[in-house]
Order: sequence, then structure tokens, then C-alpha cells
Amino acid sequence: MTVGQPVADGQPVASGQPMIGARDLAVVFGGRVRAVDGVDLEVDAGEIVALVGESGCGKTTLARTLLGLEKPTAGTVLFEGKPLDYRRLKDFRRQVQLVLQDPLGALNPRHTVYDAVAEGLRIHKVPGDEQAQVSEALSQAGLRPPERFFLRYPHELSGGQRQRVVIAGALALKPRVLIADEPVSSLDASVRGEILGLLLRLRDELGLTVLVVTHDLGLAWNIADRVAVMYLGRIVEVGPTADVLQSPQHPYTQALLSVVPDIARTEQIVLTGEPPDPARIPTGCRFHPRCPVVLAECTSVVLPILGIEPGHRAACVRVT
Amino acid sequence: MSLLEFRDVSVDYGDIPAVRGVTLNIERGEVLGIAGESGCGKSTLAATVLRLLPDSARVGGAVILDDQDVLTMTWGRLRAVRWADAAIVFQGALHGLNPVQAIGKQLAEPIRLHKTATDVDARVAELLTQVGLPPSRARAFPHELSGGQRQRVMIAMALACAPDLIIADEPTTALDVMVQAQVLDLLTSLVRELNMGMVLISHDLGVLGTTCDRIAVMYAGRIVETGPALDIFDDPRHPYTRALAGAFPRIGDDAARYAPVGLPGDPPYAGDLPSGCTFHPRCPEVMPECATTTVELRPAGPGRAAACLRVLP
Repeated sequence: MTVGQPVADGQPVASGQPMIGARDLAVVFGGRVRAVDGVDLEVDAGEIVALVGESGCGKTTLARTLLGLEKPTAGTVLFEGKPLDYRRLKDFRRQVQLVLQDPLGALNPRHTVYDAVAEGLRIHKVPGDEQAQVSEALSQAGLRPPERFFLRYPHELSGGQRQRVVIAGALALKPRVLIADEPVSSLDASVRGEILGLLLRLRDELGLTVLVVTHDLGLAWNIADRVAVMYLGRIVEVGPTADVLQSPQHPYTQALLSVVPDIARTEQIVLTGEPPDPARIPTGCRFHPRCPVVLAECTSVVLPILGIEPGHRAACVRVT
Repeated sequence: MSLLEFRDVSVDYGDIPAVRGVTLNIERGEVLGIAGESGCGKSTLAATVLRLLPDSARVGGAVILDDQDVLTMTWGRLRAVRWADAAIVFQGALHGLNPVQAIGKQLAEPIRLHKTATDVDARVAELLTQVGLPPSRARAFPHELSGGQRQRVMIAMALACAPDLIIADEPTTALDVMVQAQVLDLLTSLVRELNMGMVLISHDLGVLGTTCDRIAVMYAGRIVETGPALDIFDDPRHPYTRALAGAFPRIGDDAARYAPVGLPGDPPYAGDLPSGCTFHPRCPEVMPECATTTVELRPAGPGRAAACLRVLP
């Protein structure tokens, strides 16, 4: 007998219709910190993509740029196949919503749940019955009956409930895309599955497109259709989740997977040092100084940016 | 004689029980994992070892460290025990370090206070080498170090007075997977090398399963399952342990694809615990008698025990 039935049985429903993406995107801070250094990425409507990598790899900067919060230094952000118009962001901001980690920090402690969820509706001057919209968003986020939560304050809620309020705030605006930055990393183990199940259900029921930014490969295995692995500003491997996580091609992905706690694991590949500095990106393959299987040519080879064609690809000279 | 022994330890804040009768022991060279979620009492239990709890906490039972009861020690004796016999590595290494003092100076402080080495600078250099940092980093300030390096400094500090026991409370929670693997490797190899004991506290059963010799799972202030780490991870007997194990899926397990395992509801508030088995309102395998029967730990295989009516002795 198994414990805790699967919370959703979502199947991939990706439509092949591009929803949000990046072409040759670069974000440079202060003229030398290349946080995002050439990224092509496409997330289709109704798709869940996990963007994984260590702190400082540029995954949060990429997410912020896709949200229109950061302007690219070069390249383009695409929404529904069209370049983003930075003079007309209002409608875009409503359709692409951010779900932050640390729900306690994301919620104003002096606002009730009702006000927290209604805030976006008021900012965007959304017409219609406000209370009905707040109720609907709370129900969609799994806080039922919604009226019971209207007058509660964040400190009266559990961690899982707070994360649901943050998600309800995003849902109230009827977005088409959710960008979730480490949505479960601050939550307890038993709550984690519930929130991931909620994301799957939202995709199935509302057709939402979800980009999850995380360093947690187990999360990707749980809910993502595709995985993109980022290292030092570039996507170094991308493909369907089962392919990337079960037969990783890039030595960096192989190392990341080898250190996921698992009894049946093979030999750990513990990389020494930490991700290098985005202000000094190594020549050739950017991973070569830490690569356990580095070749002579890796210090000088020019690896192309991984494009958006479907399938499983890795930016490594060993992969043909 | 065990290195550390909790004998029926309880901690109450007023009428609110945080820890409710825990009995556990740790041997030299052993890593014991304590698993559980926020509020289950695991950090409170660890804090009893060095008597770090606020005055409002009422502690019962006995905590025997190297044949002495920590709970009844004089303050002078306790000051000697802290750092020198047992030391704690907390999570969130940035807050544990003084931002305006070089790390070498901070490492030297406990060594000077406890007079455990004559050549303090040499000892600082040795400690930094032990945790894999170049001795020249002694002159660095905390903000000049990465998260992983700061956590290494915290570990070096815990080792400063060569304690017999290290308590690591979520030592890798704020760290990336790769750095987490480095820090866990470092901690476990130090335990073996220096023949210490270690208590590792985490909510991630995967981390504990791969790092520890034994695991105790806590729920609502009690141990609900205990046994060898691999057994607990591979074949949990208590439904709560099974939920914790399922929360972090194994990559490659097809049953977990598009099916994250969650546990409805929230852990109970310690001031208002459910009757009978405290887990029964959330238990997917609950039986009518669970709401009325208090369940003690019962044998559940070699070296194992679980507090569940479904586990037959």
C-alpha cells in the first residue's frame, strides 16, 4: 500500500504553440558581469519546463528577463512568437506572473489574505466583481472554502497555505504563464508534493504554461516535461525530462545528478570549487576548468548556442 | 557507554510540549540522523545537549554526555563542555559569523578561551586545512567567502576545540546540491577520521539516508520510527516516514513522474495535539482505533522500531 496518493496524473499537453521564449539573449551587468550569455529557449503553451542550475548560474536573471523585469543587453524576449514591446508591458505583466520562493517574505504581514490576492486586480484595474475573482483564485489554489481565508493574516497560516496564497495572487489575474522561482525550497517535505501537484493541476485545468526555476532535480522529475540545465550564463543541456535526467550527455549534468541523494546511486562526481565568476567566463567551453573529462581542445573550442529545435541536445565536444 | 544518551527527554514551553519523551543514544564514530518537519521538536531536542534553550523551557529527563548529565551540570562545568565536548553547526552560516572580523580571528577565539592549543595560529591553519580551505584564507572576511566556504568555516569553528560530538542542524539547507555534497562528505569523513559522534538534523530523508548510520524520525515531539539508515530509507514502516521518503522522488522512478507525493494537512500545533496517535488525522492508512490508542515504539525488525498500530511486533 502506498502513502499519499499521487496528487495529479497530469500528462504532457504541450501544444507546439510557442508561448514564451528567448533568442540569443544576453544580460550583462556593469559591462562585464555576463549573467546571461547567449540563451535560446522556447516554452510552449501548456508546457512545464524546469530551468536548473547552481546559484550564480544566471537562472534567476534569465527568469527576471523573461518576466520583463530586466532588459536584455542583446537578443530578444518573445511572447506568443512576437518580440516583447518594452513600451507596452502592462498587458504582458498581467499574462506572465511570478511566483516567489519564501512565501513569508513575499506576503505583507499586515495585509489579509483577501487584500494580498486582490492587490493585483486593483493595480491592473481589472473590471468585474472583485470578491468573486478573489474567491475563484483562492479555490483554484486549493484554499477552500475561500471565504474562510479572506480575513486571515499570513502569520496565522502554515507554510503550505502561504505558498497557496502567493499562487492565488498570481492566478487572480488569469495569467497564461507562471514563472516560479524555487516554489517549494522553503517548504516542509510533506507540503512540497501538495504544491507541486497544484502546479500540475493548474496546467491541466487552466492550460497554464509554467517555467520553474530550481536547483532541485527531483522537482524536475516530478513535474517537468522538459529540463534546461544552465551553467555560467548558458544552457548546456536541454531535452525531455526523462532523457536529460536518465541519460545526461553533458559532464556538468552528469555531476549534478550524481550528487542527488539516492541510495542506488553510482559513484559521486563531486566537482571541486564553485561555479566560476560570470565576470570572467573561461575561454572555450565555459565548463572546462571544472570538467572531470576535459580534453585538450576544450580550452579553445567555440561551442554554438543550443538552439530551440526539439529533442535532447548538449553543448559538449564529446557529444556528436 | 554511549557518547551521548537522551533518557526520556521532554521539553515544555508553559503548557505546550515541544519534545515528549525521547530516548536515543549515539556511539563514537557514528552519525545519527534526526528527520522531521518544522515544529516537530528536532532542533529543540538538539539544543538540550548544550542547554541552549531559553529560560521559559522546562526540560525533563536526562541528557548524558560522556557520563555526565548536562541538565544538572554547574554553569562552570557547562561552559567547559560547550565547544570542548560538544559543538553545534547551525544552518545559515552568514548569521553565525561576525561580519567585521577576519575568520582566522573568529576561529582563534574558542581556542584561546578553552586553552586547547598553545600555538593558536598553527591550530587555525590546521583547522582551515582540515575543512579544505587554504590557510591564507584566515585573513578573509565572511563577505569575501561563498556560502559553501562560510559553512566550511562554521565546521572548522565547531572542530576548534576537538569536541567528541558535533551537532549539525540543517547544515546544508541553504546550499546548492554540489556544495551540499562537498559539505556532507567533509562532515562524515571528519567523524570517521577523528572518531567523533555526529547528530545530523534535516527534513530531507534522502540526505540522511545517504549520510547517516542510523535515523530517528520525529513527529509532534516524539520519535515515530528509528532504525538503520538504509532500512528506513528503503523500506519505511511508519506511514509518516513513507510520506517523507516519497516527498523527494528517486530520479528514474516512473511512478513519481507527474505524480508528486504529498501529505494533506499540516503538522499539528503542539498546544493542541490530536488524541491517540498524533499522526492519525493525516494518516492515509488510519484505522478507527488510531484515534483512541496511544502508540508506543514497538519492534519492527532488526534494530528497528516504529510507533504504528499496523506494525506487528
